[in-house]
Amino acid sequence: MADTVTTGTAPSVAAATEAPLPSRRGFLSWLAVAWLAFAAGVGALLTLTARFLFPNVLFEPPSSFKAGYPSDYQAGEVDERWKEKYQVWIVRNADMVYALITVCTHLGCIPNWLQAQNKFKCPCHGSGYYRSGINFEGPTPRPLERAAISISPDDGQIFIDKARKFLYEKGQWTDPAAFIKTT
Amino acid sequence: MSLEKHWRKLQRSVVETQVWKSIFRVGIPNTNRKRVLAVLGNVVLHLHPVKTRKSGVKMRYTWCAGGMTFFLFLVLTFTGLLLMFYYRPTIEYAYGDMLDLREQVPFGVMREMHRWGAHAMVIAVWIHMFRVFMTGSYKPPREFNWNVGVVLLVLTLLLSFTGYLLPWDQLAIWAITVGSNMARATPLAGYEGPFAAQIQVNGVNLVTAGSDARFGLLGGRIVGANALLRFYVLHCVFIPLIAAFLMAVHFWRVRKDGGISGPL
Repeated sequence: MADTVTTGTAPSVAAATEAPLPSRRGFLSWLAVAWLAFAAGVGALLTLTARFLFPNVLFEPPSSFKAGYPSDYQAGEVDERWKEKYQVWIVRNADMVYALITVCTHLGCIPNWLQAQNKFKCPCHGSGYYRSGINFEGPTPRPLERAAISISPDDGQIFIDKARKFLYEKGQWTDPAAFIKTT
Repeated sequence: MSLEKHWRKLQRSVVETQVWKSIFRVGIPNTNRKRVLAVLGNVVLHLHPVKTRKSGVKMRYTWCAGGMTFFLFLVLTFTGLLLMFYYRPTIEYAYGDMLDLREQVPFGVMREMHRWGAHAMVIAVWIHMFRVFMTGSYKPPREFNWNVGVVLLVLTLLLSFTGYLLPWDQLAIWAITVGSNMARATPLAGYEGPFAAQIQVNGVNLVTAGSDARFGLLGGRIVGANALLRFYVLHCVFIPLIAAFLMAVHFWRVRKDGGISGPL
């Protein structure tokens, strides 16, 4: 930069007859403005590029859905009808219905429900969960998560909202939104 | 006229044309100086050093592991380019195209060469790194090049990782699901990572499952169509370009730092 300044202010035969050269101070402040504008432009471009990679619309299944009536589910069974579409198991016990999210809490694979062994078993690393969702074997550090479940007031169907999750280790499974009482 | 005279005349009629001179600027390299200039003035030849030390070709010392890695990179670039003529990175076609590449395309071995070449390249990189470590070739003045090499190692693993998803079979989907879940734990940028919960505006978390590093990597919350396309672009264009640039720096520094290290 020093070179540029020296050249710019050095008197020359040609410059003497033409428009006067800017002062050293004026030149430097214009240079600063130019650099700031350039940096701002590059910064804006980087911001645009980063933001471009985060889409506004996703073509993924919705996180909430209606799952039919409580009477559609057999007591004592783990129902897999919504597993493929919404990644949820609906379990009905003697006195309650709850929705387990089918994502293994170890590293995010989808476990299988093994009816004969009465447990969920993840094929990736062998994590095992009881029907309640509580983990008992394999590397997983915590139980499966439950989704918010309620009876829809307009038609009496089960309404499941995966956006609200209930974690056993935080004592949230006793929350009234985490299950439906059936008796 | 003797045969040699005819030969000289023929030679001159070729090397003294404007076309020849526009391509080869030095002329017939019949002196040491011209030979050096010919090497330096040629884009392909200048990638090689003008002179190689005797120790530089001592296989028992270098194992040529870096050379093997580069060779495998070239093989993977070539076979990968051929695979791109058939493979479509969409959920509907990806798996079927991968099978067709093996069964329905002449020389279906191309896909296997790409796959096994990828495995071999990762192994070759580790061997190269092991050799450089054991011979102490990371020491000054080569410490900067060791760092370039570490970045190249990461890029090799990222190429391997992004290529893993492209067959779009169960193994691929779940491997990438598991692998990309690590991004959830990125400090600040992953929604389960340290300090992410502290980034709030008016009590609303800015780093969530819908805006964190994993989301940006996959283009969604799950490994789906966006993730497949994203990994394809990263695998075929983005990472290879960066890797090629750093390889150029790597090789250039090998020479600037005194050539391939040899036994002391």
